[in-house]
Amino acid sequence: MNIFVCMKRVPDTESQIQLAADGRSVDTAGLNYIINPYDEYAIEAALQLAEKEGGEVTLLTVGASDSDKTIRKGLAMGAQKAVLLDSGEDLADPAQVAVLLADYLKEQSADLVLCGKQGVDYDHAATGGMLAARLGIPCVSAIASLEVAEGKAKVQRDVEGASERFEVALPAVLTCDKGLNEPRYASLKGIMQAKKKPLEKVSVTPADSARQTEGMAYPPARPAGRVIGEGTDAVPELLRLLKEEAKVL
Amino acid sequence: MAYQALDFYDFDSLLQEEELAVRDEVRRWVSERFMPKIEECFLEQRFPLELSRELGEMNLFGATLSGYGCAGLNNTVYGLINRELERGDSGLRSFLSVQSGLVMYPIHSYGSEEQREKWLPKLATGEAIGCFGLTEPDHGSDPGGMVTHAVDKGDHYLLNGAKMWITNGSIADVAVVWAKLDGVIRGFLVEKGMQGFSAPLHRKKFSLAASVTSELVFDNVKLPKENILPGVEGLKGPLSCLNQARYGIAWGVIGAAQACYDEALQYQLERKQFNRPLASFQLQQAKLAEMMTAITAAQGICMQLARLKDEKRITPPQISLAKRNNVAMALDVARSARTMLGANGISLEYQCGRHMLNLESVYTYEGTHDIHTLVLGHAASGLPAYSN
Ligand SMILES: Cc1cc2nc3c(=O)[nH]c(=O)nc-3n(C[C@H](O)[C@H](O)[C@H](O)COP(=O)(O)OP(=O)(O)OC[C@H]3O[C@@H](n4cnc5c(N)ncnc54)[C@H](O)[C@@H]3O)c2cc1C
Repeated sequence: MNIFVCMKRVPDTESQIQLAADGRSVDTAGLNYIINPYDEYAIEAALQLAEKEGGEVTLLTVGASDSDKTIRKGLAMGAQKAVLLDSGEDLADPAQVAVLLADYLKEQSADLVLCGKQGVDYDHAATGGMLAARLGIPCVSAIASLEVAEGKAKVQRDVEGASERFEVALPAVLTCDKGLNEPRYASLKGIMQAKKKPLEKVSVTPADSARQTEGMAYPPARPAGRVIGEGTDAVPELLRLLKEEAKVL
Repeated sequence: MAYQALDFYDFDSLLQEEELAVRDEVRRWVSERFMPKIEECFLEQRFPLELSRELGEMNLFGATLSGYGCAGLNNTVYGLINRELERGDSGLRSFLSVQSGLVMYPIHSYGSEEQREKWLPKLATGEAIGCFGLTEPDHGSDPGGMVTHAVDKGDHYLLNGAKMWITNGSIADVAVVWAKLDGVIRGFLVEKGMQGFSAPLHRKKFSLAASVTSELVFDNVKLPKENILPGVEGLKGPLSCLNQARYGIAWGVIGAAQACYDEALQYQLERKQFNRPLASFQLQQAKLAEMMTAITAAQGICMQLARLKDEKRITPPQISLAKRNNVAMALDVARSARTMLGANGISLEYQCGRHMLNLESVYTYEGTHDIHTLVLGHAASGLPAYSN
């Protein structure tokens, strides 16, 4: 199988995000990057499939020139090769990314394209779907299990109160959710081999984005905690608040 | 707050990209897989053996050795692995450094090809566990005086004696045991289940509680002839192994110190007394300044020690200096951090008290602080002062 995994870097989930002076972007100075956690499920799924069915796993990224450091981590997990579509800087508009990915993938004969279900930076959860539409192939998003047999994928996804199962003709785009698998840690040998694996850089020019970020703001400060009572006496009031205010019960 | 490792002199800039990648991956593994377990393991006096295979899958065992499934990497990588593991707990680092430096290293260096084939691949994956028996009830700092001995019985050796304070003893599949054969110290591979061999656990430890420490008892153990390590004779056998493990300790304890520093600093920035963060008081800042300085000096020692070791011109006294300085440093840092958390400093819900207790063992094993002082005195003066 020829499997492509679309992955990208995101700021370390522990980072304190600072807005840039223009008020419309994030200040990237000093940020540590990791593989987008949902993309790790996609990489792991691809590696497991390739180990079982035979085949090759290629990582594909649209992003800043120095995304290669993060891509190497994916290669260290076991992918055979990688392609960086170097857009100069990381792109915030999923439509721009999807177009670039699709233009590249059209020329490849991918049997399967796996993505994370969303980036944990901007949380659009849009790239995978847009990519499938541009390629004219089926898409199932947020899959929680995956099996491949005879040119078809059997997938399952969780929806509110139920679980859906699909059979999908390949090639397809599948976006991966937490719980699909447990992504492996890179081994020392994997890390050392990663630096020798092919990582091709292709310069690309993104199409103009049809949307303009007008502004970004910090989330409102969390209101201070409230003491509603002590011991068992407080339970009825706590239950009422959980039901009526927080609406979690 | 996620763990932030102090690197005041930007030693990271001396590391290769792959070395940083290893460091990051081991650190992440410790945070995600080990930290959630350690408090309970320490209380239950249990080592999380279920994690052994995961360490093996990451190729962390015997990382500097070549072949037999080992990664064959440099000593900086090995040091970084030790440091990141000991950031979690000295017991975790002990588990790895015994397996790597005290079991795989002697089998690799002094074992027969059959012994290597039999044990190294399984030890590398963590499927088999090893231990190293040198210390005896009556011979600790003076291992040359050991009484455990083997007698050549023609078609086998007969082993008698006992070893004390042996890390991994009760969980080991193979024990590298040092014993006298005709008065000469030799290494033997004693296997789990051999008749006359038992490994009762030391319980009631307040230090390295999440590490297995055991006695090894040999009561007329019949050892096949092929279980002797052919490649080495005399005290230099065990001492060469200790050099590997002491090197790992010198790096490892920096991790424990960094964890304590990070915890104390975060705590004091957060907690207010007299309407100010604790970290704003000069007495507390003096503690932070001492910690920063001591940790940074220890990091500098290790960076150069790694280079000396890679270039194969490291000397045992250079390793003694690093072990002695860095362990005492880490113990001081842990004690100081402990005070900075007030009452919380004695709770196992925080790390510094646990590190402080662990480091008492590290101060004593692999050559006590005093013995390394004597090694350095010997190196300086040319006059040995170990005995009269
Ligand atoms: C948790 C733990 C795990 C261990 N794991 C292992 C293991 O896996 N394998 C193994 O073989 N051993 C192991 N050890 C044993 C350890 O290496 C010994 O405890 C250590 O070498 C000291 O020996 P001892 O305890 O007999 O102390 P002693 O040698 O009796 O020393 C007692 C005190 O006297 C001092 N002293 C001794 N001789 C001199 C001298 N000539 N001059 C001045 N002062 C001196 C020492 O510094 C110390 O302060 C472990 C110990 C611990 C605590």
